[in-house]
Amino acid sequence: MFYGTELQSRLMLGTAQYPSPQILSEAIAASGTEVITVSLRREGREGGAFREILKGAGRRILPNTAGCHTVKEAVTTAHMARELFGTPWIKLEVIGHADTLQPDPFALVEAARILCMEGFEVFPYTTEDLILGEKLIEAGCRVLMPWGAPIGSGQGLRNIEGLRTMRAHFPGMPLVIDAGIGAPSQAAQAMEMGFDAVLLNTAVAKALDPVAMARAFSGAVAAGLEAHRAGLMPRRDMAAASTPLFGMASLA
Amino acid sequence: MARDNGTGGPISVLGAGVAALCTATELAARGLDVELIAPEDAPVPASRFAGGMLAPFCEGEAAPEAVVTAGQTAVDWWAAHVPVTRNGTLVVAPPRDAAELDRFARATRGHAPADPGALEPDLAGRFARGLFYSTEAHLDPRGALRRLRDGLAAQGAAIHGGPPRGRIVDCRGLGADVSGLRAVRGEMLLVEAPDVALSRPVRLLHPRFPCYIVPRAQNVFMIGATMVERDDPGPVTARAAMELLSAAYTLHPGFAEARILELGAGLRPAFADNMPAVVRQGRNLHVNGMYRHGFLMAPVLARQAADLILTDIGEDTHAH
Repeated sequence: MFYGTELQSRLMLGTAQYPSPQILSEAIAASGTEVITVSLRREGREGGAFREILKGAGRRILPNTAGCHTVKEAVTTAHMARELFGTPWIKLEVIGHADTLQPDPFALVEAARILCMEGFEVFPYTTEDLILGEKLIEAGCRVLMPWGAPIGSGQGLRNIEGLRTMRAHFPGMPLVIDAGIGAPSQAAQAMEMGFDAVLLNTAVAKALDPVAMARAFSGAVAAGLEAHRAGLMPRRDMAAASTPLFGMASLA
Repeated sequence: MARDNGTGGPISVLGAGVAALCTATELAARGLDVELIAPEDAPVPASRFAGGMLAPFCEGEAAPEAVVTAGQTAVDWWAAHVPVTRNGTLVVAPPRDAAELDRFARATRGHAPADPGALEPDLAGRFARGLFYSTEAHLDPRGALRRLRDGLAAQGAAIHGGPPRGRIVDCRGLGADVSGLRAVRGEMLLVEAPDVALSRPVRLLHPRFPCYIVPRAQNVFMIGATMVERDDPGPVTARAAMELLSAAYTLHPGFAEARILELGAGLRPAFADNMPAVVRQGRNLHVNGMYRHGFLMAPVLARQAADLILTDIGEDTHAH
């Protein structure tokens, strides 16, 4: 389903900002994740020792273009990622704003088109904008990764109605909530809404106990997925009695 | 009179950085005959670019409890050998990143809420809240390294380029052959800012670009430090310089007029758990993996290494 790959765990985990590689490795194990993301822009080719530790985790690696602000930077970084990790997968980030880290939709589509034509399997970090989503699919993307909230903000799903619309608009297209998740309840909420996976980093890496938090997210994502499959009861506008009123004494 | 180490020769401490100098100093203090092997053409030790903060509680934000507990003993060790300023650490965050301050407070101990302006008058009106770690201290790394080296020479320790004549304690950081070690690149600046006065290290929290500023003598400040998983000792990048300078400018606008004295980049040796360690390899010892805890943990590891060597010598003597 993610470019032909079935994933049991629907939690994808970022690998930045952990107290140590050792704790990162333990958090990956505790999360049960099958996909870890790795940034390359700043570390470059010389980050070999850290990459070996990540490879040692034995999970599928989704390299990313975090920190890239232009099409050219993103494409170059993707090429380096393919060479270093031997995978066609690339999480495409083209940042439009250094402060909010909001994606640049125009550069994103252009970079996605180039990379898809070159045979990459592109996971674009996007917004909940429907037209942008369509353009990315047109460019060749078979997964979309809308943000929940700005990267690292921990605000959860900031535009729930917009995300709900997006889910409905792209049935059958794998959608991954990427960025902005701060709490396991928010991850569970995304899964309950029918999103296919959740990608997060800071909420685990910067927890006081990253390993325990990884475990907590693992449970929340699994619960949300199961709840969605089980079929959530529809929400009602007011409390409704679930037992019949017949037979109750009328004391008026 | 130096004690014999059981093998006839001196203890040969390899390296010229903080791990080597602390270990050699501690071994000499325990009465052992020590030589320091520091070739002229050896790489510049990463500790030349260190902040020199003795801040076990602040480091506890990301470091294991062992660093917090053991690190607290480092201040007295240093104070016995070099000038140390015991003025505490101030931690602040810009108003929009106030959540970072709350997180830092939860992740550490040994602090009290503080009015930044009351502690550092230059910061008055700029930051409403801060955390004060009153028992922490700082020193001037380069001055400290020089004094330890001079102290060893004054005690008669041979300092030369090798070859080593005795049992080896290898403190050469990334130059040592010890498994599981990786390089974590760090970049720093030294600036002279006549418009800024600070009497203690100040840490500015930020979700992406945290920085610390350590006062040195006469309006000179060390601004540090990046942490990049990269084995590249090349010059400071523009990005690192911009991030660090912009963080300093956020702390105090007077840094805009600062003169940049130096841009420095070093490679910190680190084990997978980022914990400095004494590692035994046959009869030799390694003191390595100082990561960002060099000045804090070197005295602790030096004592551990000295204990191990003295125990070995005791056993050897019994065996005879």
